[in-house]
Amino acid sequence: MNYRLTAAAVLLWTAAQPLLAAEVPDSALLRSELERIRQEYETQVRALESRIEALEQRESGTATGTATAAPVPTGGAVTGNAFNPALSMVLQGAVNGYTADPDSYTLPGFQTDDEAGLAPEGLTLGETELTASANVDHLFYAETTIALHDDAEGSGVEVEEAFVDPQVLPAGLGARFGRFYSAVGYLNSFHTHAWDFHDAPLAYRAMLGNQYRDDGVRLNWIAPIDLYLNLGAELLAGNSFPAGGSTHTPGNVYSLFANIGGDIGDSHAWQAGLSTLQVDVDARASSGSAGDSVFTGNSDLYIADFVWKWAPHGNATQQNFKLQGELLYRDEDGPLQYTSGVDQAQLAYSGHQYGYYLQGVYQFMPRWRTGLRYDRLSANNRLLVTNLGGFASAQDVIDGSGLNDAGHRPERWSLMLDWTPSEFSRLRAQYNRDDSRATQTDQQWSLQYIMSLGAHGAHAF
Amino acid sequence: MMMPRILMTLLLLLPLPALAVVNVFACEPEWASLAQELGGELVSVTSATTGLQDPHHIQARPSLIARMRKADLVVCTGAELETGWLPLLLRRSGNPGVQPGKPGYFEAASAVVLMEKPDKLDRAAGDVHAQGNPHIQTNPHNVARVAEQLAARLAIIDAVHADQYASLYRDFQARWSAAMTRWEQQAAGLQGLHVVVQHAEWVYFNAWLGLQQVANIEPAPGVPPSSADLQALLTQLKGTPAGLILHSAYQDGRSAQWLGERTGIPVVELPFTVGGNAQITDLFSLFDATIQALLAAQS
Repeated sequence: MNYRLTAAAVLLWTAAQPLLAAEVPDSALLRSELERIRQEYETQVRALESRIEALEQRESGTATGTATAAPVPTGGAVTGNAFNPALSMVLQGAVNGYTADPDSYTLPGFQTDDEAGLAPEGLTLGETELTASANVDHLFYAETTIALHDDAEGSGVEVEEAFVDPQVLPAGLGARFGRFYSAVGYLNSFHTHAWDFHDAPLAYRAMLGNQYRDDGVRLNWIAPIDLYLNLGAELLAGNSFPAGGSTHTPGNVYSLFANIGGDIGDSHAWQAGLSTLQVDVDARASSGSAGDSVFTGNSDLYIADFVWKWAPHGNATQQNFKLQGELLYRDEDGPLQYTSGVDQAQLAYSGHQYGYYLQGVYQFMPRWRTGLRYDRLSANNRLLVTNLGGFASAQDVIDGSGLNDAGHRPERWSLMLDWTPSEFSRLRAQYNRDDSRATQTDQQWSLQYIMSLGAHGAHAF
Repeated sequence: MMMPRILMTLLLLLPLPALAVVNVFACEPEWASLAQELGGELVSVTSATTGLQDPHHIQARPSLIARMRKADLVVCTGAELETGWLPLLLRRSGNPGVQPGKPGYFEAASAVVLMEKPDKLDRAAGDVHAQGNPHIQTNPHNVARVAEQLAARLAIIDAVHADQYASLYRDFQARWSAAMTRWEQQAAGLQGLHVVVQHAEWVYFNAWLGLQQVANIEPAPGVPPSSADLQALLTQLKGTPAGLILHSAYQDGRSAQWLGERTGIPVVELPFTVGGNAQITDLFSLFDATIQALLAAQS
């Protein structure tokens, strides 16, 4: 623009040179012409001024004081902390009670992750999560959640999530890299404070170690159609259960997922998904009641999930209902090493396992919700002892591995009631009738609080 | 009987020839209506919320992500009204053209001066908005200011049709100015009227027509009243009565009704935005109906 103006001025000036030189005698004419132009402009400016005045009068003359016409100043004073990321903190704590010994907890037919046990008995401070998020620059958004825990199982700091989302990918593409919760299933990508029950579904406990997160990359694409269609894939390193190794090799685990969703009228919204998690397991350790196992092989998980939400006219403030369910199927294949004391046996393990849960949560009046959940697990494992080691019988090895469900299929009923005085606080009571163990029913109860401080977090559907 | 209906449905599902060039995603119905006025047949407008929904509390539904994915222009109130859902939609949409700072992202609140900017930010004071009260559409002068900016934005997004947007704006501006004059004449008698409100969402309206808010049913923004709060309010209103009790169509009117029955003060349900009731189809009928409802209740 400036360049063009300058060029035009230069052109005009060069063109005017001979003209001015030739017509110096007519300078009087030029002066009068300039005077005419000046007067013309003055008239126009006066007209504009009077129009502005009239507008201002009309503005202030309306009934009583209207909002002033001045635009909002866009920038404030820049201080050192003006660019600080959005910070939020979630405090969680609970009292848990069990009628059975929580240390004896098992899910027959499944070798679970050590993290996937019951919450400690008694008064316990759950995870304290600190989340920071911000646009890094014009290209990237980043978010991290640091979890602090200090309970009966020890204290520690954990990087729950730390990921980067490129902001400028075109055509509905999205990407994420770093550490994050995998997009498989429905519940998996939600932080625990956003769950409707205080504990994970049994299927998640058995097959995802409560919740699966890993280091890697994700790519997804949203189709340009009226229906929500989201397709994606992840390449992950396999650092956590169900992978269990720590080879830091992207591609040890990969996932594929597809979600569709939409509205039915104003009052109903739904989403459904299919996903798979293909895991190349490298020495996954799990400890059983009698001995420890190490598994190496393939673990292929398939999940079908759906969620349906209802609120009258889509206004969830007064009443709403949410129905959610997931079906997980897993196929595992490979050699298993079982150790107890000095004895070490080898097994060939081939498992076909499934689990599902179905839950409904109903907000029957503002701030109050109640929910019911049913969980079921089932395993069909084939175990062949290839080397007895020092054990007395193959049956001892099979029973000790925890993979023999002896015909028992774990199930659980859960009932919860919670009170949410504001978007930032929630108190919850929950009761479980837990038949995970083959021999005894565990009556479990908990009272829990969830408090959010700081930035206003937006929750996914 | 069945066949024609099926055929009709199929016809509706067929892709239409691309008449609409600009896809507008409006967060609230008032901005959807305004975008329609200013874009005419050049735009295809969708609203994320209806007049019966609370714009503070909306779920980031899959359908909204799908709609934002295709949007050329996002028109929202801003001032943190949509903070619980809009940032998520923006991040998940995979649409770089509508991110904040881009021409495809427009905040209505940036065109007006916000009232009630809190001096101190504390969540104990309820759901306060740091930038000020976001319910700006209740004053038509604010709508006029937003219209001017939005028309300019449409002309940037779709520069080929800039002349048409300019003429649509002139047309709207003329009709809107005339309507404002009419409303101000009609509502002259409302000046000085004392009102009780359910939620602090009428401050711009009150400032426009000179109504005076004497009490708020919510003890703090977004916090529903306890029975003790209502009792205290009842005592206050028996001592110094008010002219009207107002609540919006999307709110639960039970507290307002309860107070109305015990004080004898008329209770008025106001539409608050386009679609607040079936008769309100655009911004003009919104203010027509609001003023008529107030006048009818007052007399």
